[in-house]
Amino acid sequence: MSLPIQAKHFNSYPPEARRVATSHIELLRKLPAAFTPLLLQQVQEYDWRFPAERREIDQQLKFLESLSEADRRRLFTGFEQLQLPARLIDVKWVSSPEEFSEQLSQYLWSTHQIDAFHEVSSTYLKAVFAAMPNQPPAAPRLGIAVIGKGVERNSYPLFRKFRPHGTHFKNVNPANGLKTLLAHVADRAAANPSSFNHWYIDGGPAEPASNPFLTNISYSGLEPNRLALLRKIDRAIHDGIAGPKALLSLLHRLQPEEIGFDTAGKNGAIVSHFATSLLTSGSGTQIFSTSFVQWTTRELWRRAQPLTILARFAPRQRQRPMNELLSGDEQTVEMDAAGSLIDADMGAFYMWLDQQRLPGAEKASFLIWFEDHQEAFVVCPSLPRNTESNSRVEMHWLLAQTG
Amino acid sequence: MSDTWTLKASEISESVSRSRREFLRSLIGAAYYRSLFSVSVPPSTPGSQSPNRRAIVVTFGGGCRDEETFMPQGQQNIPHLLMELLPQGAIFTRVENRGILGHYVATASLATGVYETFDNFASVPPQFPTVFEYFRRDLKRPSSDAWVVAPSNGFNRIGCSDARSFGPRYGAQVVLPKRFLKQALASKKTDDYEHLLQDNYETPLFIPQIEEPRISLREFAEVLNLSVTDFVTNALTLSSPDELSLYVAKQLMRRYAPNLLWITLHDMDIAHAGCYSLYIEAIQRTDRLCSEIWRTIQKEPEYAGKTTLFILPDFGRDSDGSVGGNGFQHHRTGDARSRTTWLLALGPGIHENTVVDRPVQPLDVVPTLGALLGFDPRMARGKPMSELL
Repeated sequence: MSLPIQAKHFNSYPPEARRVATSHIELLRKLPAAFTPLLLQQVQEYDWRFPAERREIDQQLKFLESLSEADRRRLFTGFEQLQLPARLIDVKWVSSPEEFSEQLSQYLWSTHQIDAFHEVSSTYLKAVFAAMPNQPPAAPRLGIAVIGKGVERNSYPLFRKFRPHGTHFKNVNPANGLKTLLAHVADRAAANPSSFNHWYIDGGPAEPASNPFLTNISYSGLEPNRLALLRKIDRAIHDGIAGPKALLSLLHRLQPEEIGFDTAGKNGAIVSHFATSLLTSGSGTQIFSTSFVQWTTRELWRRAQPLTILARFAPRQRQRPMNELLSGDEQTVEMDAAGSLIDADMGAFYMWLDQQRLPGAEKASFLIWFEDHQEAFVVCPSLPRNTESNSRVEMHWLLAQTG
Repeated sequence: MSDTWTLKASEISESVSRSRREFLRSLIGAAYYRSLFSVSVPPSTPGSQSPNRRAIVVTFGGGCRDEETFMPQGQQNIPHLLMELLPQGAIFTRVENRGILGHYVATASLATGVYETFDNFASVPPQFPTVFEYFRRDLKRPSSDAWVVAPSNGFNRIGCSDARSFGPRYGAQVVLPKRFLKQALASKKTDDYEHLLQDNYETPLFIPQIEEPRISLREFAEVLNLSVTDFVTNALTLSSPDELSLYVAKQLMRRYAPNLLWITLHDMDIAHAGCYSLYIEAIQRTDRLCSEIWRTIQKEPEYAGKTTLFILPDFGRDSDGSVGGNGFQHHRTGDARSRTTWLLALGPGIHENTVVDRPVQPLDVVPTLGALLGFDPRMARGKPMSELL
């Protein structure tokens, strides 16, 4: 069953999203009711999407339009077979697709249809990606994770999950290590100058970065926004918000301006929407800097699909009760450097896994360095796997191996 | 739907199970059951079992993965389970949860033997009768004979269903220790104590407002046979909410010696905050607490030699390879690893050192308890685990 969609249903969409939705209205009218709002959820955010995401939305719509009636019906058989109640088959969801997605998820879990949904979604995505040209990145991707800031001595065995995949360097000269890494990513930004292709994320205050195409987000830089968000949540709870779901809906609807972001300029709007989503959709990102850095790298690889990410993990605050954290009073915050190193070691592994899911993974490189120490690990096509090296090496040399 | 599960998830869960099984066999030189040798269980007649038979169920309301437990790199986190408890019990390596992967609704499903489908975050009772109601109704037991100790306010309705012919008059008494501690500390500056008051790691920014408990703080202290001051003093020596739950459970065991006690541990759900080190610390603590529960059983005369202990996570967590998830942090993808977990049972009559390969479901716990204790869980949809009977 499809939905009787009209142009007026897109009135609440931002301008670019409205244009895209309206120009494909005939297609949208032919898609199954269980699927259309999910597609529109992507379209609705079009104005704040990264170029890579816009490209994927455009290609997806083009692919669907290219299908014959019979092929389209075949592709969506699984979605048509989902058993949904009348309340979820309603054209009103076209105007609020985000809310549809939350309700659909809850319904599918409660009726034991979630596995079937994953199956049909996966079939759909495979068909879409098979039809899309596999565009290699403009240059091999590079991920760099700097972990362990503030840790003097460590007994935790680092890089265990990386070991089968690359070379463990145990005698790296740490002098000027961070400076060298920052200069390297700035050089990469200069060599491939395009917006949102190069990122520097810091779990503490950011170091100066010297290229306009190297976009920077730091946990410390977002402190006013984080605190504004926590105050908003605190207020909602004290005003008696209905429950966790109502709170999550509130967070999903939140606009960057409401927590103090400046959305001026095209890129400013995209970055501030992205940063807002990190704080409102990520779990733990509002409280723990290590969770923030890991989640940011995940979302960047997945959404912006950049060429370069340098992520520096910094000590997170010691675990404290949520009530106390919600107060936003950070006067007496204690840091947990040793625990943060363990978090970051795992976070770096996830960062690498997410990088590996992108096109061109076979040529991509990844470097992880224990900050101010002599240990580093490199995964790249030119270095052997499952290998240890005790040779004295410079950071420049390691970077040269990554191409 | 079930075909999808059978064809794909089942293969993965089999592989998870195989890795556990192979490791466990090498570790303890265990005998193991094949389903071929399983025998069917005769239907139990209510009241036919020894009235002294007792059961304690410990669930982890925060799943854990093999990577951090049974796989080689995780074994250091569970020394008590591996070296002390496993050799004395039977482990089911393949417990497949096909229900909703939310802690309250999954625990309710465990307690009813039916996959409950209510909203995980709603303060509602289970739809089907709980194990406590079957137990108390069939065996005519008093309310002091069935207790639940749970860490999170969200579990305040777990003790009884709203099913017809059952309900509150047959339910378990539910103790939420943190709630009483909070009451006791209400007039004090709480900075030193608040680390015990966390609730609901899945939505950590939300603190639920729930109805007032049925018993007052003073009555609660009386239940524990303590003064409020003693309760607070003892509680404040503990490092986590699960430590507090165990402390309360021990007091209940000494005071009432309930035949049916259900303890839900929750610390490891801190994983939702995304900090791997905190998740690992919580697993290590849970491992230690499980050992402490078993030792308490052996020490208490009312329990020693007549108690079956069940230990199981309510489900797993997402695998690193699941694209839609974020690894250990959540259990949202519904992938096979997040659905596949294990169950360890110890107690009289249970073959020690045993690994059971065949797939079972969390729903099988209630029928097994029914067969052990002698009540008829007539609406439960699982099957008794013959290897434990």
